[in-house]
Order: sequence, then structure tokens, then C-alpha cells
Amino acid sequence: MPRHAMTGWETLADELAGQGYVASADLAMALHIAISLGRPILLEGAAGVGKTEVARALAAVRGCDLIRLQCYEGLDAAQAIYEWNYQKQLLAIRASAEAGETGRAVETRIFSEEFLLERPLLRAIRQPQSPVLLIDEIDRADEEFEAYLLEVLSDFQITVPELGTIRAVSRPVVVLTANGTRDLSDALRRRCIYAHVDYPDRETELAILKARLPAIEQAFARQIVAFVQALRKEDLEKKPGVAEMLDFAAALAGLGVNDLTGDPALLQATLATLLKTQSDRAMVPTELAQRLAGKAA
Amino acid sequence: MSRVTRFAARDPGPAARLAGFVAHLRAHGFRLGVAETETALRALAIVGSPDVEVVRLALKAVCCGSIVDAARFDSLFDSFWRNAGRVRQKVMPAAPKAPPAHTRSSRTADSPPSGGGGAPDAPEGPGGESEAGGEGRMVASTVTNLMKKDLRELVSPEDIREGEAVARRLGAAIRDRRSRRRHAARKGALIDLRRTLRHSLATGGEPLRLARRARPDRPVKIVALCDVSGSMTLYARPFLAFLAGLMRADDAADAYLFHTRLVRITEALRDDDPFRALNRITLLADGFGGGSKIGEAIDQFARGQARRFVNGRTVVMILSDGYDSAPAPVIDAALTRLRKRGCRILWLNPLKGWAGYAPVAACMAAALPHLDLFAPAATLADLAALDRELVRI
Repeated sequence: MPRHAMTGWETLADELAGQGYVASADLAMALHIAISLGRPILLEGAAGVGKTEVARALAAVRGCDLIRLQCYEGLDAAQAIYEWNYQKQLLAIRASAEAGETGRAVETRIFSEEFLLERPLLRAIRQPQSPVLLIDEIDRADEEFEAYLLEVLSDFQITVPELGTIRAVSRPVVVLTANGTRDLSDALRRRCIYAHVDYPDRETELAILKARLPAIEQAFARQIVAFVQALRKEDLEKKPGVAEMLDFAAALAGLGVNDLTGDPALLQATLATLLKTQSDRAMVPTELAQRLAGKAA
Repeated sequence: MSRVTRFAARDPGPAARLAGFVAHLRAHGFRLGVAETETALRALAIVGSPDVEVVRLALKAVCCGSIVDAARFDSLFDSFWRNAGRVRQKVMPAAPKAPPAHTRSSRTADSPPSGGGGAPDAPEGPGGESEAGGEGRMVASTVTNLMKKDLRELVSPEDIREGEAVARRLGAAIRDRRSRRRHAARKGALIDLRRTLRHSLATGGEPLRLARRARPDRPVKIVALCDVSGSMTLYARPFLAFLAGLMRADDAADAYLFHTRLVRITEALRDDDPFRALNRITLLADGFGGGSKIGEAIDQFARGQARRFVNGRTVVMILSDGYDSAPAPVIDAALTRLRKRGCRILWLNPLKGWAGYAPVAACMAAALPHLDLFAPAATLADLAALDRELVRI
């Protein structure tokens, strides 16, 4: 326990821990500053270190909605911001023609809120209570979208030509994640508060495991974490992340195991939760897995 | 625990110290502007704690922009704020010392002096020109070759015309790549509902005119990096002709030469007069025919120009034989960095056409996993024949 009264960022770290997310000091501080300054936060790190999970925990702490936008190449305004409901519009035009409405009246009606389909960005700025907006894997979207996003993130307003400019009712807490598929533009980096999320150290990972799977015995939890940490040091194509570690622990618990060295065949079978490529499986034969488990015990 | 830096009594206060710190980071390659200084001050106001570790975390969140920055931040923080009690005389940074206007030596400060290589700027004897005109030797030299080679003797205007034809052909092969986004078009596979509906208002809700969307072509840019070190002298002629042709055929293309340094020759090659263009390159590329530092040149490119000119729609073409004196990890790291830009990388190696060639040179072997295409090319005809390969990448 800290000697002094808890300051903002420590409180936040504590609250996140209450939601089962154990954040490093770096991350908790970056989140605290981003929220206080109203800036987006950019989380970078390997896949499986819990970047997306941050947004989920943050939404739970704040008791607000999580709005998620998954990026991909070719993501465009119609998918990210808004789209008109064309089918409904066509029907409305037909119906109004029979009712004998004038063209002008029809036009104002079909380009009204009723016919607008909100996509994540628009939805995020129109919530009465400020939500957490998660823009996941921004490096997968192309540069045009990144440029557009800059505009939205600095002004928090969106222009729909037929409706006019829609201003943010409340500013969302924006969390961007990236895992280095490509370099992000400097302009985007500069808008954001940055935090690099790394694989957790042994103590942190143990705390995560205990928060998520409290049923596991202390000694066995230590063994699992030590085993996974040792596995990450091997020359693997895809290192197991925190989510994989939790799957692994859950699988072992489900099988009623409480010692890694007990049954080599069973350990080898449960490795499927940690190693997700053929070559990685080949890299960790039974002997190596046993040796690592033996050291971890 | 290291002690906190003491500041000179006359320094203007905490805001200036923070500005000094941001300048300190900037001097170490962080990309920070005035806005970041302001954000940093506001962040400190928010955390409101005099604890060094808290301040460190707060500034780290604001000032870092990448994994590389984050890894270096702690030591830079310590060197500025906790400088073992030493007095920092000037908080505000002095104007950076200009680097020597034009260093003529390729040696870095820590490399050993070259023994017996002769003074780099030895005066040319009467026969100097002809000596330099000899064919390239396949040895790594640590001394930059400063004897000028006149490129005009090497490449004729006819070559350039031929190179231009080849460049157009290759450009057409690479260029045919379509976007994943869709834009309004006269003919297209998909109906653009938004515009169709707009048009239908004019015809009483009857969608008579169907607007369409199609995937537009997206130009792919070619960036060529040509090795002009000693070992490549034999092949310089077709390659330079190709580069000159490329610049004429394609407005978006970019060209660089490298030996021990990297030189951008795009502007020079765009000169209206092809002959004068070569003359301008000759002036730019002194050191032609000397040693090569492929890894360093590519690294310099990836850190510098590539940040502006290379993106996911770029094909980087490296024309080199892969003989480099630097250790393999250098080129490995450089190509990894370049790849991060999202580009495709081709390596055209004149030696690959030789019978029994295997990429055993350390540099070439390290580069292979990063390449989208590794192909032989020693003449303009070879380059022209590449178009079929290029369609596939």
C-alpha cells in the first residue's frame, strides 16, 4: 500500500484491477493523463498482451458503453461513420408517391435522422454519457482512413452533407490499438498519448491469473506462469499472449490437473492453447516442455 | 540512487526546464513539437506530484511515440534530470552545432584508420583518370573513392531512350493494381445506392438512372535504389540508363544511388536534357566505383526519405550485387525497418544470372527473407523481361 493518499492514476490502476485488469504503472499513468486531457490513447504492443482488454476494463470502470470499430484495409466512411438506409428510403419514396406528397417534402423526410444508420464513429459522439471508443488495429486500415480519423479525433464532429454538422454530445474516451503491421503517421502519433504494452512480468501475470481464475491454487498458478514465461523466451514464431496463458490455465483446471510435471502427454495436448502454429508445436517437443515445466516447478 | 541535477541559479524556471528537456529529447531523435511541451506541462499539472517516478511516468506517456522511443526514454530522462548532481549550465538548448559541411570520408569516428589505403584526397596523377576508369574490383575498401568518373562516358542518350521504354513496360506491369475502396464510376460492378437514390428523386422515386461504383486503379510508385560501388561498375551502364528512363517515363518514381552514402538523384535525372542530367549526377555522386555499405544506405533510406516517399503502394527496387563489408544484422535490421512502411521490395542482382550463383554473401543471405522478388538482371533486356514476374508480386 502506498504511504501517501492515492493519486488519480493509482486510483485508476486500482479500479482496473477491480475489473480483473492488472495494468502496469506506465499504462495506468498514460490512461489517466489521456482521460484528464481528453486525448486519444495509442496502445502499441504484440498481439495477445491485452490491448483490447484495456478498453473493455476501462468501460466497466466508468460504467459506460464500449463502442468498437475494427479496422481493416478498405474500411470506408460508410462502414465507419454513417450510411443512409437506402432500402427504407426507396420504400418511403414509393409510399409517398402514392400518398401524393411533394418532392421537396419527400426529400426532407428521407434525409432525416430516421433514415440514418449510425456506424461506430458517429454513434460514439452521440451518446449522452461519454462512452469508450475502441479503434482496434488502426494499422490495418489504410492511410486515407487514418487521415480522416485525425479530423474526427481533433474536432469531435462529423459532417453529413444532407443533415449538416453533428457535434459531439459528449467526448468519448478514445483507445487506439496497433500491433505494428505498418508504421503509423507521425501526425496520428502526435495527437495521441502513447503507451507501449509489453508481455507482463512474472508478478503481474500471476496477479492477472489470480484475478481471472481465483480457483487455481497459489503454487500451481506460480508454476503455470513460470512455464509460460519460460516458453516466451524460446524462439517461437508467435509467442503466447496473456489470453493464451489464461486459456491454458483454464484448460488445465478443467482437466483437474494441479501439477505440470505430472502427465507429459496431457501437458503436450494442452499446449494447443498456447502454441498456434505448426512450426511452434514442432519447436516444443515433449522433452523441452517437460524441462521447462520441471524448471517452473 | 542517482542524485538530481542541480540547475544554475539564473535559469528561468520549471517551464523553461521542461522546454529544455523536450529539446533534449528532440536532439535524441524524438519527434516532438511545441504542442508536446504544452501537453507535458498540463500533464504534470494533472498528476501534481513531486515524486520523480510519477513525473517520469507522466512525461513518458506524453513524449514517447513509438516502441523505440519508449525503450530509450528512461535513460534520457535520467541523463537530463538526475545527472548525478552536476550543474546544468544552460537549460535552454544552444543552437545545434552544424555538422561539417561536407565530410569526404566514409569512416566513422570509431572505425580504425585505414592503413595503406592512401590518402583519400590524394592528388590525381596525370594518369589518374584512366586508373579510375578500370573495371571494378570486388574488394571492400574502407576509403571512399573520390576520383570522379564521368557518367556521360558510360551512358549514351540512346541507352536512355531504351531505358525509358523498359521503364514504361515495367511501370505498366506493376501499376495494374486495384484499390479495395470503391468510388463512383460510369461503369462498375456495384450499384451506388446513395447516388441512385438521389437521382431517383428527379424521376419521382423511380430509380431509372443507376449510378455505379467501381474499384479504381491505384498507381503504384516505384522507388529505385541503385548500387554504384566498385563491384557494380560493369553493370552501371544498363542500370543508370534504366533509372534515367524511369524518371522520364514516370512522374511519381524516385531514384537514389548509393555506394558508401545515399544520394537522391530524382531531381537531377528529371532534367530536360538527358545529357545534362547525367552530368548533374556525376557531380552528386562522387565516390562512384568505391566501396559499398548497402545495409547502412538502406537503413539511412528507411529512416529518412522512406518516411515521406514510401507507403503501402510503393515498390522498392534495389539494384545491387549484395557485396557489403558490413555484418549481416545491419542489412537485416534495415530491411525490417523498410518493410514496416508496408512496401514491397524487389532485389535485382546482376550476379544471379551466373551459372552456379548462390546468395551466399552474408548480406545477400540476410536480405533474402525480406524480399518479395529476387531476380537476375544484368542488362536492359533482362530488366525488360521482368514484367511477367512483376505482375505477380
